[in-house]
Amino acid sequence: MKAAATSVGLLALAGTIVPPAVFMLQSIAAGQGGTPGLSLDTVKAIMLVSTIAWFAAAPFWMKVE
Amino acid sequence: MSSLEREIEELEESASSEYERQRVPAKALKGPSAFWGMYAGEHTAGTEFMIGPLFVKWGADAFSLIVGLLLGNLLAVLTWRYLTATIACEERLTLYYKMEKIAGRGLVTLYNLANGLLFCFLAGSMITVSATAVGPFFPPGTIEMPTFQSTMPTGPAWIASCIAIGVAMTLVALKGYGVVAQVGHYSAPWMFLVFVACALVTLGRLGTADVWALLTPPEGTPKTISFLGIVFFSWFCNAAMHIGMADLSVLRFAKKPSAGWASASGMFLGHYVAWICAALLLIYWVRQHGVDPQVGKDPGTMVNDAVGWAGLICVIIAGWTTANPTIYRAGLAFQGMIPGISRTGATLLAGGLCIAAGIFPAFAMNLLDFVGIYGTILAPIGGIIVVDHFFADAVGIPRDPAERSGSAFNPVVLVAWLVPVAVAMWLYKTQGVFASYLPLPCAIACGLLYIILSKLAARDAIAVRA
Repeated sequence: MKAAATSVGLLALAGTIVPPAVFMLQSIAAGQGGTPGLSLDTVKAIMLVSTIAWFAAAPFWMKVE
Repeated sequence: MSSLEREIEELEESASSEYERQRVPAKALKGPSAFWGMYAGEHTAGTEFMIGPLFVKWGADAFSLIVGLLLGNLLAVLTWRYLTATIACEERLTLYYKMEKIAGRGLVTLYNLANGLLFCFLAGSMITVSATAVGPFFPPGTIEMPTFQSTMPTGPAWIASCIAIGVAMTLVALKGYGVVAQVGHYSAPWMFLVFVACALVTLGRLGTADVWALLTPPEGTPKTISFLGIVFFSWFCNAAMHIGMADLSVLRFAKKPSAGWASASGMFLGHYVAWICAALLLIYWVRQHGVDPQVGKDPGTMVNDAVGWAGLICVIIAGWTTANPTIYRAGLAFQGMIPGISRTGATLLAGGLCIAAGIFPAFAMNLLDFVGIYGTILAPIGGIIVVDHFFADAVGIPRDPAERSGSAFNPVVLVAWLVPVAVAMWLYKTQGVFASYLPLPCAIACGLLYIILSKLAARDAIAVRA
C-alpha cells in the first residue's frame, strides 16, 4: 500500500510541475504568435487531477513528526 | 481507529505536553529533519502571493530581487542559526517562560496582548488572500476583488467570502490544529511546485525565460524600495521569530543548534523562489493586460488564469494552513491574558478579530509595512534575551532577575522595551522610515537600555539597603 501511495504521490508531483515546464519550453520554441503543442487548458486539467491524486496519496506515505 | 486518527490523537497529546514550564528533556529532542519540513511549510504561505506582486508595485529592480533577496534571506538564516538556535539549545525553554524569568508574569501578559493582536492582523491578511480565490468560482463581477489601493471592503459579496473563510478557519482552530498541521505538512511540497508552475506558465506566455529582463521595471517606474530595503525586508519580515526569539519555543526541541540551518528551507523556497514566482504573475498582467502595477491584481484571479483550479486550491490551502495556527496561537495569547476565559471563548474572540481584519484589505495590501511594524514591536524582547543569555555575567547584571527576586513585573524590561519602540513608531509615522529598517536598531537599543537600567536599578537597590 505504502509503495503504491508513494508512486502515486511522486507521479502527482510530476503532474504538477512537468506540464507547466513543457508548456513553457514549447511556448518559447513556438515564438511570438505560435501555439504550443500542449495547450494551457490541458496543463490546468492535468494539474487539477495531480492535486487530487497528491492529497489522496500523501497521508499514506508522508511521515508527520 | 485509523492510522490518521491515531496520528491526530498523538499530535494533540504531544501538543498538550510540550514542557511549557520546564527544560525540554533529552528524550523529547528531535533531529534536524523535523525542522526542515516545518520551516518549508510555514514560510510558503498565502501571503507570499501578495508579497511578490507588492515588490513589483514598489518598483523593485531585478538586481534587488535576485541578489537582495538572496542576501537578506541568508542573513535571516544566519540569525536563526547563530542567535535563536544557539540560545534555544542552551536554555531549552519557551520564549514565554524565559521572558517570565526575566520580566515577570505581568509583563508576559502585556507581551501576549501585543502578540495576540498582531497575530490577528496577520491571520486577517491570510483570510484576505484566501478570499480572493473564491471570486473565480463565481460568474465575473459577482465578487468585486480588492486591489493594492483598496482599504475598505469592496462589497457585500466580498464581506460574505471573508466571513465564510474566516468562520471555517476559526471552527477548525477550535478543534486544535492537529488536522491543519497535517494538511500543511502534506501540502508543502505540492504547494511549492504550484508556485513554480505559476512562474513557468507565465514565462511561457511571455515567450521568454529571461527572468532578469522580466524583473527589470520599465523606465520611469517609480522606485519606492531600494536594494537595501529588499535586503532588510527579507531579513526582518520574520524578525519576531528569529531576533525576537519566538522560535525558541520550536528550536528548544532541537538536538543541536545546527537545526537552525533548517530555516533555509523556508527562506529560500518560500521567501525567495515563491516571491519571485508571485512577482512574475503580476508582471504578466502588467505587460499583457496593461494592468497598472500601482493598482495590481488580486492573487486569486492571477493564479486561476495561470494554472486553474489547482492554483485556487493552493491559494486557499496556503492561506488556511498558516492562518489556522495563527488564530490558534492568538487564542492562546488571549486566554493567557483574560482570566477565566475558556479556550473556546478565546479562540472565538481571536477568530472574530481576524475576520474583521480580513474584511478590510488595508492590512494585506500594506503587508510590506505591516510585517516591519510587527517585527519592530516584538523583536526588542529578543534583544533583552540575548543580553540575559550572552552578556549578563560579563556586564555584571543578574540573569533571570524576575525569577531571582520573585517579581511579577520588572519595570526595567518595560521601559527598555517601550522607549525604542515608541521612537521607532515616531520615525515610521512622521519621518517615513521604511518599517523593515527598524527592528534591528530597536532590538539593539532595547538590549543596551536593559543593561543600563538594570545597572541603575541595582545601584539604587544597594543605596536603599545601605
